[in-house]
Amino acid sequence: MIGITSYGAYVPPTRLALATIGGLPTQEGGPEKAVAWNDEDAVTMAMTAAVNCLRGFDREQVDGVFFACTTYSFAEKQGAALLARGLDLPRRVRTNDFAGSLRAGTNALRAAVDAVSAGTARCVLVVASDCRMGAPGSGLELNFGDAAVAFLVGDGDAVATLDASFAVADELVDVWRTAGDPFVHAWEDRFVVQEGYTPRLVEGVTGLFEKTGSQARDFAKIAFFAPDARSHGSVARALKLDKQKVQEPLFGRLGNSGCSFVLVQLAHALETAKPGDRILAASYGDGAEALAFSVTEHIEKLEERRGVSWHLERRRGVKSYDRYLKARNLQRGEYESPRDQGLSATVHFRERDEEVSLVGHRCRSCGAVQFPQQRVCETCFGKDAFERYRLSDKVGKVLTYTFDFFFPTPDPPTVVAICDIDGARVHMQLVNIAPEAVTLDMPVEFEFRRIHQSGGRPNYYWKATPLTA
Amino acid sequence: MARDAIRDKVSIVGVGCCQFGENWDQSPADMIVDAAYEAYADAGIEKPQEQIDAVFTGSIYSNKGPHECSDALKLWKPVTSVSNYCATGTDAFRCGVMSIACGLYDTVLVVGYDKPKDRGVAGPSVVMTQVRDLPQTPAGWFSICASRYFEKYGAGRDDLARIAIKNHHNGTLAPNSFLKREITLEDYKKARLISWPFGLYDCAAQTDGAAAVILTRSDLAKSFRRDPVVVKGVTVFAGPNPQKDPTMDFLAWKPSIEAGQVAYEMAGVGPEDIDVAQVHDCFSLTELLTYEDLGFCEKGAAKEHIQDGRFEIGGGLPVNTDGGLKSFGHPTGATGVRMIYENTLQLQGRAGERQTPDAEIALSHNIGGYPTACGIAILGRA
Repeated sequence: MIGITSYGAYVPPTRLALATIGGLPTQEGGPEKAVAWNDEDAVTMAMTAAVNCLRGFDREQVDGVFFACTTYSFAEKQGAALLARGLDLPRRVRTNDFAGSLRAGTNALRAAVDAVSAGTARCVLVVASDCRMGAPGSGLELNFGDAAVAFLVGDGDAVATLDASFAVADELVDVWRTAGDPFVHAWEDRFVVQEGYTPRLVEGVTGLFEKTGSQARDFAKIAFFAPDARSHGSVARALKLDKQKVQEPLFGRLGNSGCSFVLVQLAHALETAKPGDRILAASYGDGAEALAFSVTEHIEKLEERRGVSWHLERRRGVKSYDRYLKARNLQRGEYESPRDQGLSATVHFRERDEEVSLVGHRCRSCGAVQFPQQRVCETCFGKDAFERYRLSDKVGKVLTYTFDFFFPTPDPPTVVAICDIDGARVHMQLVNIAPEAVTLDMPVEFEFRRIHQSGGRPNYYWKATPLTA
Repeated sequence: MARDAIRDKVSIVGVGCCQFGENWDQSPADMIVDAAYEAYADAGIEKPQEQIDAVFTGSIYSNKGPHECSDALKLWKPVTSVSNYCATGTDAFRCGVMSIACGLYDTVLVVGYDKPKDRGVAGPSVVMTQVRDLPQTPAGWFSICASRYFEKYGAGRDDLARIAIKNHHNGTLAPNSFLKREITLEDYKKARLISWPFGLYDCAAQTDGAAAVILTRSDLAKSFRRDPVVVKGVTVFAGPNPQKDPTMDFLAWKPSIEAGQVAYEMAGVGPEDIDVAQVHDCFSLTELLTYEDLGFCEKGAAKEHIQDGRFEIGGGLPVNTDGGLKSFGHPTGATGVRMIYENTLQLQGRAGERQTPDAEIALSHNIGGYPTACGIAILGRA
C-alpha cells in the first residue's frame, strides 16, 4: 500500500503576540504567531521536522528527499541535499527542491507518491518549510507564521493513501517575492481575494469533487490554504462546508506558513484521524491543487508523533517587537556582519560529517566515542581505527555550563554547555531554556540551527535543547 | 631525562617593562624599544649589537614574526618568534634559557609583546569562522569550570570578588600597570555580567604592552650586575583540548597541574618553597584554580585561604603582587615576560610597596588556549 507512512512537524516555540507588533499590552491567550528565532530558518525548521518524522524509522531505507520551500537562503545550492547530509541519510539518495510557489508543498508530496508508485523510489522523505516575512507593519506580517512539516512516503504500512489529486495552473501577480527581496508583496487585497484566492481554491476543491464523484460530506476533514482567517471563512462558506469538517487553520496561533501551511494542517488532522477517514488538502499559489487521502488502519499503530499539537504546547512569548526585529535581522546593528570570505569551503568539505551531520567516531579498539573525528584515540591512543558514530539522534547530558553575555544574540545571555554524548564531549550552545533552569547532568537532545553568518551566508551547526519526553 | 639539566645555569641580569595600557600613540616597535632599552640599561649593556648573541620574541597578534623585533632594535642576529597562546611570553623565555644552557649563546634578549588595541574592539572579539569554533567568548572558555567547582566545593562569586579586589589594589602599587583603581565588593556586585559567573571585574583588561629580559650564562652574570637572579626551572605544557578530554572533571586545569609538577622537579623545590607568585588571572576563577593546581593549597580549599588573606601582599604567599592581568591587561605575548620582570624585582628587593620580605624563590605561571597551554618559570636569588 503506497502512501504516507509517517509524519512529523516543527513549529518554533517562539511566539509573537499580534498585540506586541502593534505595541499594545499582551493578553494571555490572545492571538499570536509562531516566529523562527535568530538561529532558525526554513532549512533548520525542515531538519527538525524531518528528524521528528523519522523517529522510529530506519534512515537507511530513505532513498529520496523532496524539499519544498519558497524561502531557502540559497538561490543556487540545494536544500534537499543539505537535509540529506544533516540527517546522515545514505549518500545514494535522490534529492529535489520544490520552490517558487506556495503550492510547492503539495507539489512535492504528490511527486513523492508518483515516484514511489512508478517504482523509481522506495521511500521518499517530503519536507515542506517556510519562513516568509511581511514587511514590518504590513498586513502580511500579521498573518504570516513559520512552520515545517515532514512526511515519509513509501510502500508499506501507509497510514494514509493518496486517492486522487486535481490541479489548475494560472498566471496571476497577486502575491509574490522577487529574488533578493526579504519581503513578500501583494496586490490590493480585495483583488487578491476576489479574483485570485477564493475562486481558484474553490475551483481546485470542486474540481477534485467532480473528478472523483465525491462531495464535501464524504470527507472527515477538509484542510485548505488561506492568506488570512477571513478569506478562509469565505472559502468555507463558498464551498458550503460544515464547520466540523473544516480543519482548524490555526490563525492566531501559528499563522500562514506558506508552502507548508496546508500540509501542517494535514499532519494536524492525521493526529486525530481514524481508519476510514478521508481528508482533503488543498493548496493555493499560481493556481490550486487538491489532494484526497484515505486514512488506513495503520494510523492506530503509528507511534505518537512530535506533530502539530505537540509543538503547540511548547511556547515562549517574545518580550518585545524590538527583539523580534533583531532576531530577524530587520534592524541594523552597530557591527555589520564581517565581509570576510566566510567558512573555508575546503575545511567545510572535510568536516561535513561533524558540521552538518554531528557524526563523530567510535574507536574500534576501546569503544570510546569521540567528537570531532580523530586520527588518534583520546582514550587508548589507537591510530586510525574508527567507525562513524552519529550523535545527532542520541540523548546527551550537560556536564558543565556557563552563560555568555557577550556572544551576539538578540536576547543574551547565550547558554553554553559541554555535553556528554555517549562519552564524546561536545562544546555547544543550549537553546530553548532560561539560564536559571539549567542544571548539571540534565538530559539534552540536539537540533540543527544557524550558528553564524560568516561570509554573509547562513552557516549551520547543531545545538543542544532540553530533552522533552 | 635529567630534570635538573638547566637548573641554575642561566641568570637574569636585566629586565624592562613598558607602560601597559591603551597605547594609541605607540606602535609595537615603540613598546619593544621601551622595554628592551630599559632591560639593556638594567644589565649595563651599552652596545647591544655586540653584546646580544640572539633574540627570542613572543607575540600572538603580530603577523610580522621575528622581523618586527629585529627591525625595531636594529639587531642583525638569530631571531626566533614563538607562539603558544597565553604561555607565549614564558615560552620565548624558555627558548632563550635553553639556548644558553646548551652552550650555543652567552647572552640573549627575550622580548614579549602584543598590541590587541589596534583591532578596533573593546572587549574580546567573537570571531567564529568555523561552525565548531568555541561557541562563545574567551570568558566562557574559562568560566566553564565554575558550575561544577562551585557545586562541589561551595565556593562562589564572593570568593572571586576577593581575588578581583586584591588584584585591583595591587595594581595601584605598580608604576607600569594600566588600571590603578581600587574596587569595592559593591562595585564588583553591581558590574554587568560578561559570562556567568564572571562580571566585568572578574575579567582581565585588554591592553598593549611589551616586556624584556636579558639572560646570560650564570658564570658571567656578575659581570653585568651584582644581584643576578637565577633560573631554577622553566617549562611549558600543551595538551589536547580539555573540553573534549573524556577524563576532564571541570574542577581543575590539567595543563597547570602537569606543568607545575615538572617545573618543581626542574627547580628542585616544592610549592611550600614559593615565597611570591605571579599567576595567570585572565579571569578570577583561573587564579583560584591555579592556587590548587600548583599545590599552594589542597583541592577545594582555595576559598578558606582567600578568606584568610594568604595571597594578599603581606600574606603568607603573595600572589600577583603587581596586580596581575587584571591591572596590567593581557597583551598575550608580553604577559609571561612581564611576570618575570615583577618576580625579578621581588627577588632583588626592588618591588617597593609591593615587596615580599626576603623573597628567595618566585614562580610565574600562564595558562591559555582552551586552555591547553601552560608555561611556568621558577626563579631564585643567586
